[in-house]
Amino acid sequence: MSQAHVSLRGVTKVFPSSSGGQGLHALGPIDLDLQQGEFFAVVGPSGCGKSTLLELIAGLTSATEGTVEFEGRRIEGDIPDGIGVVFQEDACFPWLSVEDNIAFGLRKIAVAHEEKRRRIGGVLDLMGLGDFARSYPAQLSGGMRQRVCIARTLVIEPRLILLDEPFGALDQQTRLLMGDEVLKLWRQTGATVFLITHALDEAAMLADRIAVMSARPGQLIDVVETHWPAERDSHIVERLEFGAVTARLWKSLREESLKTMAKTSRGPADRT
Amino acid sequence: MSSAAMKSARNALVLIAGLLAAWQALYWFVGDAALRPPLVTVQYTARLMTTDAFWMHLSETLQAFAVALSIAVAAGLVIGFGLGFHKLSAQVFEPMLVAVYSIPKITLYPILLLAFGLGMPAKIAFGAIHGIIPVALFTLNAVRNIKPILVKTGRVHGLGPFEMIRSILFPAALPEIFTGFRVGFALTLIGTLLGEMFAAQRGLGYLLMTAIGLHNVELIMAVTLLLVVFAATVSAGLLAIDRWLHRHI
Repeated sequence: MSQAHVSLRGVTKVFPSSSGGQGLHALGPIDLDLQQGEFFAVVGPSGCGKSTLLELIAGLTSATEGTVEFEGRRIEGDIPDGIGVVFQEDACFPWLSVEDNIAFGLRKIAVAHEEKRRRIGGVLDLMGLGDFARSYPAQLSGGMRQRVCIARTLVIEPRLILLDEPFGALDQQTRLLMGDEVLKLWRQTGATVFLITHALDEAAMLADRIAVMSARPGQLIDVVETHWPAERDSHIVERLEFGAVTARLWKSLREESLKTMAKTSRGPADRT
Repeated sequence: MSSAAMKSARNALVLIAGLLAAWQALYWFVGDAALRPPLVTVQYTARLMTTDAFWMHLSETLQAFAVALSIAVAAGLVIGFGLGFHKLSAQVFEPMLVAVYSIPKITLYPILLLAFGLGMPAKIAFGAIHGIIPVALFTLNAVRNIKPILVKTGRVHGLGPFEMIRSILFPAALPEIFTGFRVGFALTLIGTLLGEMFAAQRGLGYLLMTAIGLHNVELIMAVTLLLVVFAATVSAGLLAIDRWLHRHI
């Protein structure tokens, strides 16, 4: 097998405690390889460190121990080229038009003006935002705003796309439809996709492989392969195997979710 | 858009007509001792505006006001941004700012006069202390309320600290900062005029006090009219910009 696109070795994250105590062991140790062009999802109970894992790969935070590599180069707290991130929250800049929001993605990329125009036009069409280029985010629905954020990420033509619960704030129907679009984009761009989600059905529908994370400190306790064809869409949920995948995810996750519930109901004492 | 603009223009005209009618009615009620009717006042104002003395007073007031407002905005922004980025300082100083703000500032005027002497510097200082705190408090809140996700997005796109301020923090905070500017504008104007009314030899505030002393009702009315028109026009303009910013940001 060729070299992994993203590779994590013995990655742990401990947040130092403000009172000088032991600190919060949030994550790891984690070993993980993402293959070039695969769609990988991570599910886990809330507070298990899923988002921290994504931030480690994005270079937004650095690992306490272990190494994270992207295309063979180590990521250490600085954001590498070729990685695009979409967050759950609405991250559109409200003072910029849709077009300018998307152009923002290109401000650090050294490409000619014509090439920028071409790319912006391209993603506007791709995301169905062509008619809204001059609109402002406040004039758009939540789903449309999330499209703008995705477009802003796609315009840099990332080779690795990190999605942090990108549809978490959307309603169920919109989520399914956005899922279809993400699958289409994944096929068209050939990028590796790393998706964090708490929705089992979303992970089961979209991903080639799904990792299940334990309660904090988050570790990978199971990896499920879906064996879906590359040409797939939300109709995959009608399949018998879809139920089997979701059931297996839930089996692995149920106990961890119970642990999390027990911890949080015990009160805030163990949070620090 | 244009129908909305027409509607607001119509509302403004109705408001002005209503105020003029009320003014005229009040004049009929209280008589010549305290008021002049609108028409007489406007005629007197037109005559007043042909005198050199008036322009001297006006330019004095405008100078004092412009400097006071600049100081208030600059100091307010520095305090607001400083506290906004430093949580602990904000926790310590915000209650103090609020407390100081609630002091009737006119009680500080004798101290300012002793410190700065009669004339321009005291007026400027008195105007500025009215405006600084509102500008600072609004800016503080504006900075504190910037959504962390926007900063995170900036980091994902590799922005350095300077670009972060210019391209994300400042535009994100701008609408609320502008509201602070609008409030600061009105209060600084009040402060400057008050300063002129009690200890000055020039300026519109001084002109007004002299007119009261001489019981020159026409002059009182004319100066008041000019000040009202100025304050209302600028405030309406600032409010329009403010609303536009809040709609878009």
